[in-house]
Amino acid sequence: MRQDDLYINKIDWISILIYVALVTIGWFNIYAAVFDEQNAKSIFDLSINSGQQLVRIGAALIMILLIMVADYRLFDNLSLILYGIFILLLAVTPFIGKEVNGQILTVGFGSIRIQPAEFAKFATALALAKFMERPSFDLSQVKYQLQALAIIMVPVILIMLQPDTGTAMVYFAFFIMLYREGMPQRYYVLALTLIAVSLLALGIENNLYLAFAILAVITILILLGKKSFTRIISFIVIGILMIGYTYSLDYAVSKLPQHQQNRIMVLFNPDLDPLGVGWNVTQSKIAIGSGGFLGKGYLEGTQTKFDFVPEQHTDFIFCTLGEEFGWVGSFVVILLFCTLLIRLVIMAERQKTRFSRVYGYCVVSILLFHFAINIAMTIGLFPVVGIPLPFFSYGGSSLWAFTILLFIFIKLDSHRVQMLGRMK
Amino acid sequence: MNDKRPIVLIIAIALIGIILLTKLFLIQVADDSFLKKAERNAVQRLVDHPYRGLVYDRTGKILVYNNPLFDLMIIPKEFSVQDTARFCEIFNISKEHLIEGYTAARKYSSVKPSPLIKQISTTEFAKIQDFLIDYPGLFVTTRSVRSYPQPVAASALGYIGEISARQLERDTVKYYRQGDFVGLAGLEGFYEKELRGVKGVKYKMVNVRGVDKGSFKNGEYDTASVAGHNLTSTIDLDLQQYGEKLMGGKVGSVVAIEPKTGEILAMISAPTYDPNILTGSQFGANYMNLNRDESKPLFNRPIMATYPPGSIFKIVQSLIGLQMGVLTPNTTYACNRSLVACHNHPSPVNLFGAIRNSCNPYYHQAYRAMINREVSSNTFKDTQIGLDQWRDKVLAFGLGGPLGLDMNNEKGGSIPTSNYYDRVYGQGRWRYSTIYSLSIGQGEMMVTPLQMANLAAIFANKGYYYTPHLIKAIDGDATRINPEYRTKKEVGVDAHHFDLIQDAMAEAIYGTAARAAISDIQIAGKTGTAQNPHGEDHSVFIAFAPKDDPKIAIAVYVENAGWGGRAAASTASLMIEKYIRGEITRPALEEYVLAGKFM
Repeated sequence: MRQDDLYINKIDWISILIYVALVTIGWFNIYAAVFDEQNAKSIFDLSINSGQQLVRIGAALIMILLIMVADYRLFDNLSLILYGIFILLLAVTPFIGKEVNGQILTVGFGSIRIQPAEFAKFATALALAKFMERPSFDLSQVKYQLQALAIIMVPVILIMLQPDTGTAMVYFAFFIMLYREGMPQRYYVLALTLIAVSLLALGIENNLYLAFAILAVITILILLGKKSFTRIISFIVIGILMIGYTYSLDYAVSKLPQHQQNRIMVLFNPDLDPLGVGWNVTQSKIAIGSGGFLGKGYLEGTQTKFDFVPEQHTDFIFCTLGEEFGWVGSFVVILLFCTLLIRLVIMAERQKTRFSRVYGYCVVSILLFHFAINIAMTIGLFPVVGIPLPFFSYGGSSLWAFTILLFIFIKLDSHRVQMLGRMK
Repeated sequence: MNDKRPIVLIIAIALIGIILLTKLFLIQVADDSFLKKAERNAVQRLVDHPYRGLVYDRTGKILVYNNPLFDLMIIPKEFSVQDTARFCEIFNISKEHLIEGYTAARKYSSVKPSPLIKQISTTEFAKIQDFLIDYPGLFVTTRSVRSYPQPVAASALGYIGEISARQLERDTVKYYRQGDFVGLAGLEGFYEKELRGVKGVKYKMVNVRGVDKGSFKNGEYDTASVAGHNLTSTIDLDLQQYGEKLMGGKVGSVVAIEPKTGEILAMISAPTYDPNILTGSQFGANYMNLNRDESKPLFNRPIMATYPPGSIFKIVQSLIGLQMGVLTPNTTYACNRSLVACHNHPSPVNLFGAIRNSCNPYYHQAYRAMINREVSSNTFKDTQIGLDQWRDKVLAFGLGGPLGLDMNNEKGGSIPTSNYYDRVYGQGRWRYSTIYSLSIGQGEMMVTPLQMANLAAIFANKGYYYTPHLIKAIDGDATRINPEYRTKKEVGVDAHHFDLIQDAMAEAIYGTAARAAISDIQIAGKTGTAQNPHGEDHSVFIAFAPKDDPKIAIAVYVENAGWGGRAAASTASLMIEKYIRGEITRPALEEYVLAGKFM
């Protein structure tokens, strides 16, 4: 009991309250997304998604309780075993899983099925934390950089085999954590530059303009910095590589599967195919955009009720919020997410062990990626990527995986004073 | 070492939040186009088409009504049937029809209705009505087509059809939509605004598959349709029907007017067609056939065909002469056939004799006296002044321009002006000898059968007329028709001048149109012959009766039927008897007219 008192007082109630708020708002939105006026059922009705989700929320609460009463050292000790278990599960998923629309995402028996790729996120986070906890681990060295990369890439490759590109992409979010942990900044500058150049290359018809622009920027950079030989040479090489990249990108995109090509092209021109690939984004924007400042009111969203947005209870759940609660509702939810994320950064920074801090940043990374990409995709800022909105989207695996991910950190955080670790 | 990086991350998180909220603000608050798109998605605007107004005849019999037709619709997803044989028996269809219809509907959409059985009549519908409840996924939609209980008066009633692109363009108030039906001809066209009613609108919500999801905002924006106004026609259905029977197999027109009101009792254009064929789905094909028909059934002869008035015009000449003082009942002229041809009759004749014998030289000389008034010493100038003054007097008889009845495309015929002759012969290069044909209603002068009937009404009324019209009341209210139709038009000839005319016309019956005489109904009439350069002359007759209290004025044109005394006078006489007595006492004459084929 004494020990319990000790850590219960340290529990971060702010993040728990935000979690409860998000799950509750999410649950009401799931009901709105499936609501049918002419066949109205109670929000608790188990034959509809909101009733089902309530059962899953109940299960999530049990998981929270189990995590909170467990020994905090358990996660440190079990980290590599958990990682191993989920990697194994991912590896066998293509063989024992159930195929839906050409993807094999879930394993299980009968109606109880889970998506290993969702749970592998926290397992990978624990494994990264465990590896990086070692005193010798230094991200400025290529050896350790490659170790971290390997831990991330194993699940990525296995998930790509399912294939589920969206979920695989999420694992690259761990680079946010690696940034905090000292990964050299030049990688990020290079990556962001590449992303910017890619977007420009895809968005601008004539690559020649872009090539001139790159040359201009490189010239300015050379003139501004110190004029050492190696620096000038390396800038010139980078410039040439980038121009080559812009030209090869169009070719590479044309080699992608058609549905991925379309998802990219629709981002630049949503009217390209409003009834086909553009349908999701167009309808999603219509639903959200028609919400106005205050929204149409709960259960009053016509686009929501009448199924104009596909996947609305799962990946496009934000549409329901946008339509029925308007900008104000969107503002509240985005504020909740940002508050939670910033709170988690602050919590991560106050950890006494590197294990907890790395894990904390992993939580921030995964949640931030999901939150930003999911909402960006519903409003046409990012190509359609099939990833859920944390705590909101319908589905057991994602809710449980995010819950476990978050609460392991809340648990670790509540024991922060008991932990003695070497900080780097 | 990494102290700055947490701060960078926090700023990045906040920045992402701001970017998302900015973009959301742009599409949610700053741009209202999404709201409109959402409504276009989910709200369907359904037009509730009003019930088009009915048309009654003058006695209250229905001329035009709306016949409901029922389509049995099927929603494949909801439809289920256990006993197929029984189903087919109830709905009176074959099993193949059911399977075919179901498959076709399924192919179109499993959740949207498609027609299973089309155009079910009211009686058939009554049989299946009670069984509908046993079969989910079936329901009935109603639409109506114009129907005519008696297949008569096609050209007067007109027809409705889909609105044309040009009409849509002209519809500046945007009442009509593509695919709407509008009156295109006849009364349907002229009284379109009265007949059409007011459209209602229903807003209903549909889901992504187009399935009905109830009314929008509880019907707050819905409006009910308002039925069109009912029209009471001046047409006497029985008379119209009888006239069409008499004109069967002939080409021509009959126009009968009630002289005291200008109400058109019958307006027959022969050959005609059954107005029922220009309704519903067969409109297009039947219209094309009628349009190609060489006998031109779509040509509304009473108001669109023009002929020279011929001898009948001599009455107008007599009246103008009397009013001008150029003629008196005692004015006598010799039948000088060196001036213009005539037939055998005593000579010289006074005015009465001239009318009775239809003497051409008499009017040649009388007309010269009307035209050459010696107001100018220049004979050319004198003729020009005389013609124009004379023309004004003729126009007062409702000639030389459309009368303005309540139908579109009425032709006005023509009475030549001095400008006309100036153009043809050159100014100052024509005189009385150029235009004398006008004296006997020939030459450059054209009238429509309607104008001729109106002349008969003027003679009956002794000097006035009401503009002929086809509708006497809107929703039973006579004051709602155009006031123009209730305004008396004087022709500018004193009533007493008509006494002689009426007597001569009554007398003339026994001369040129003996067949027209009825023992106990005194008819005043005048035959005419419209010259036809292409073949046999057209037979023309105008009359009114009874002479002392005229109830009907009539003009009959039978094309290619020779002189007016034969076909036209007989037809007019039968029409008069039918209208006044209500029955025909001379079956032999009826037989004679029905047998006559002059095409």
